[in-house]
Amino acid sequence: MNNHQPEISSALFTATVFTRKKQRMQRIVGIVFGIMAVAILIPLFVLVTYLIIRAWPSLTWDFLTDVPKNGMRGGGIWPALVGTIYTVTFSLLIAVPIGVMAGIYLNEYAKDSWFTRIVNMAVVNLAGVPSIVHALFGVGAFVLFAGMGKSIISASFTLAIMTLPVIIVSTTEALASVPRPFRTACWNVGASKWQTIRTIVLPNSISGILTGVILQVCRAAGETAPIMFTGAVFFKYVQRGDFFPYHLNEQCMALSYHLHTISTQVPGVPEPMLYATAVVLLGFVLIFNSFAIVLRVYMRNRKKW
Amino acid sequence: MAIPQKKITAANIFQWLWKWIRQLCEWFIVGLIYLCGVSSIIFVFSIFYFVFREGAPFLRDCFDFKNFFLSPEWYPTSISNKRYGILALLAGTGSVTIVAMLVAVPFSLGTAIFIAEFCKKKTKEAMKIVVEILAAIPSVVWGFIGLMVTNPLIVKLTGAPIGLNALNAGIIVGLMSVPIIVSIAEDSIRAVPDGYIEAAEALGATRWQTVYRVILPAAKNGLLAAVLLGVGRAVGETMAVLMATGHSVNIPFNGEFPYFHALESVRTLTATIVAEMGEAPRLDAGMNGSFPAEARHYQVLFVIGIVLFVITFVINTIADLAVKGIRQKKV
Repeated sequence: MNNHQPEISSALFTATVFTRKKQRMQRIVGIVFGIMAVAILIPLFVLVTYLIIRAWPSLTWDFLTDVPKNGMRGGGIWPALVGTIYTVTFSLLIAVPIGVMAGIYLNEYAKDSWFTRIVNMAVVNLAGVPSIVHALFGVGAFVLFAGMGKSIISASFTLAIMTLPVIIVSTTEALASVPRPFRTACWNVGASKWQTIRTIVLPNSISGILTGVILQVCRAAGETAPIMFTGAVFFKYVQRGDFFPYHLNEQCMALSYHLHTISTQVPGVPEPMLYATAVVLLGFVLIFNSFAIVLRVYMRNRKKW
Repeated sequence: MAIPQKKITAANIFQWLWKWIRQLCEWFIVGLIYLCGVSSIIFVFSIFYFVFREGAPFLRDCFDFKNFFLSPEWYPTSISNKRYGILALLAGTGSVTIVAMLVAVPFSLGTAIFIAEFCKKKTKEAMKIVVEILAAIPSVVWGFIGLMVTNPLIVKLTGAPIGLNALNAGIIVGLMSVPIIVSIAEDSIRAVPDGYIEAAEALGATRWQTVYRVILPAAKNGLLAAVLLGVGRAVGETMAVLMATGHSVNIPFNGEFPYFHALESVRTLTATIVAEMGEAPRLDAGMNGSFPAEARHYQVLFVIGIVLFVITFVINTIADLAVKGIRQKKV
């Protein structure tokens, strides 16, 4: 721009060809990326709606609370639903204490050294191990080596180790978001490190930790491969509406495995039933997911610092 | 912890004991925290150890690099001549991963740039939530979608004889790896120092020019890590791939024109393990310490598990180093 030539200074504030060109480019690119983003989200909505529409005839209360009948071709999914709740609950009981304490270690105790870097790398790698390798590990370690056999307990252990890294990462992040002055203030009144963590750091980060844990409920409920060889079973007789049908040392049905078997291995299952099973699993996961999202929004709004 | 020169009364002793019990409890908890802290290392090693332990007899007795990695003949249950060549399975995994990345990488990098730089705060929050929901859909539900929804769709659109093929699985797996690529890529775009962006804007660059000339080059390690983690996810994906690939041992690459035939059914490493684990018996060694031929099938599945573990380990470690690279530069 020639601002040393006063006679054309009015041209200074109108867009030159070059400026217009780059602004047009900016708009086009914005639209293209917007379309890309929407193109990813549209399939999600279309698929979910389609699944629900196809499942609608079968989605009744009876479907949830009834037991499978007629060789999986009728009835409901109660045993699978309860089995999923069992495995998820026990895997969380195992994974949450270990994961939270590991997160506390990484954020509060670990110094910046090569060892900490190795621990972090182990967490990243543990998160990236394919679920089928977790399944093989579960078979090798829990079913065979530890002698637990195929049971709810070994399935829960396998799921627990699979969900562990994400719990560790989310705990570390939640703890790191507690400001440092909170800790120094507490140390200054004479509290030890653990007392500080217990009374100041954990209460202030609990909702962040909970968010991570809830997201892992989704993951654990949806995984099929790790429980397939460690504890899931094709069919198990359960009373209708029975809340405690399984012992820890026996196998159980699980929703994800049930969906896999009825859609690939049982011929002649009515289609609405297949879709309904998928929708129930999806609904289970999405309900917990929205819990986590709501919790996070709530937490952000009432943050004091 | 010297006892002060006081009269020794029951109350004093009790106080002293109480103090020590509390101290011991604290030590115990801190010890536990340290133990849990290193647990992830222990778990990574024990995963490798236990998978290796089951597969070891095969590696010791009948492992042969050429016949294992370079042979496409996978006949684990043949009666006369059992052959364990995983080339076709590697090709299956490769083809699904290629299609998945062709779908996922452009779209998720575009989405990440859009979320990080081009949209308003409200839109951004909404987009992040939707991406999170996408991440939450279980893989078996994706597999079901591949089987029931996209399968007939692909037959109708492409005229392929069967809809369960590399294309189908690739699209499904691509959609599954979108969330992880988006979130890591967005993080790394956000990690670009504000000073870079301010400098570009001060020169009169538009948002797009800033993104293209400044942000993307500065964030390229993070973007690489994002893509690598997506690849890792695609390689390790099991249930969706099992249900959507068609599950036939086949190499979809050959010399004919398109070179890569995405409309052929394939079978991946992960799907092979999950499909055959149930049928392969675990047999012990006989009296003379050698295993019967039927025992090899079970062991070779664990060897495939080791291969998968090593592949994803390498991918994740490279991705982790790439991310560490940007973090260090940022400081």
